[in-house]
Amino acid sequence: MSLALDKPRQPRRPAARRSNGELYSWLFMRLSGLLLVVLVLGHLFIMNILDGGVHKINFGFVAGRWASPFWQFWDLAMLWLAQIHGGNGVRTVINDYARKDSTRFWLKMLLYVSMVLIVSLGTFVIFTFDPNISN
Amino acid sequence: MTSAGAPERSGTTRGGGTLYRGDLGMWSWVAHRITGVLTFFFLFTHVLDTALVRVSPNAYDAVIETYKNPVVNLFEVGLVGAVLYHALNGIRVMLVDFWEKGAKYQRVMLWTVLAVWVVVMIPGFYFMMERTISELVGGH
Repeated sequence: MSLALDKPRQPRRPAARRSNGELYSWLFMRLSGLLLVVLVLGHLFIMNILDGGVHKINFGFVAGRWASPFWQFWDLAMLWLAQIHGGNGVRTVINDYARKDSTRFWLKMLLYVSMVLIVSLGTFVIFTFDPNISN
Repeated sequence: MTSAGAPERSGTTRGGGTLYRGDLGMWSWVAHRITGVLTFFFLFTHVLDTALVRVSPNAYDAVIETYKNPVVNLFEVGLVGAVLYHALNGIRVMLVDFWEKGAKYQRVMLWTVLAVWVVVMIPGFYFMMERTISELVGGH
C-alpha cells in the first residue's frame, strides 16, 4: 500500500513558458537611451538653442542639412531609436494602467500602428527628400 | 535613514487599499514617466510636420511658422526641459542599475540631476526665448 501524496512544493501545473523578451526590452531601453542622450540633446541644441533657435528653421535649412549623409544618418538613427524607445516606454505604461484586457489590447494595437506609421513615413521622407521639389 | 536614504513610512489606508507614499525616488520615477510620454506624443507630431518637406517648401515653411509663435516657443522650452530631465535621470537610472555604488548614491545623483538641469536651462531659456522676448518688448 502506498500513499499518494503530492510533494509539498510541487507546482500545480507546469510553469508558464517563459521568454527573455522583457529582459531584452529592459536592456534595449538602457542601450538606446545612452545613444539617444547624444542624438537627441545634440539635435535640440542645434535646432532650438544655437544660432537663433527655431527662427532659423525653414525648408532651405532642412535641405542644407540633408545634403550631408552624416545628418541623414543622424536623423535616421534618431528616428528609429526614439520611436522604438518611446513606443516601448508607452507599452510599459499601458501594461501598468490598463485595467481591462480588451482596453490593454486595443491601446497597444493603436500604439504599434502609430509606431509603424511614424517610422515608415520618417524613413521614406529621409530617403526620398528632394531639395528641388516645386512649390 | 537607511544608506539608500529612504526613510520608512507607514502606508495610509484609503478605500480599503494601502497608499504608498514613497520618497523622492518615487517622484523622480513619476517625472520620468510623464516627461517620456509627453516627448513621445511630441515626436509623433514632429515627424508629421517634418514630412511636409516631401509635399512642398511652402507647406513646410507655413507649418514651421507656427513654431515661431511666442506661446509655442514657450512650449519648446518645456519640451527641452522635459527631454533634458528624462536624459539626465535616465543616466542616473543606468548608474543605479550598473554601477556598484549606484543605489547608495541615488539620492545625491538625483540632486545632481536637478542642479545640472537648472544650470543648463537658465542659459537655454535665454537663447530659446531671446528673439521672441526682444520682439515682444521691442516690437519690430
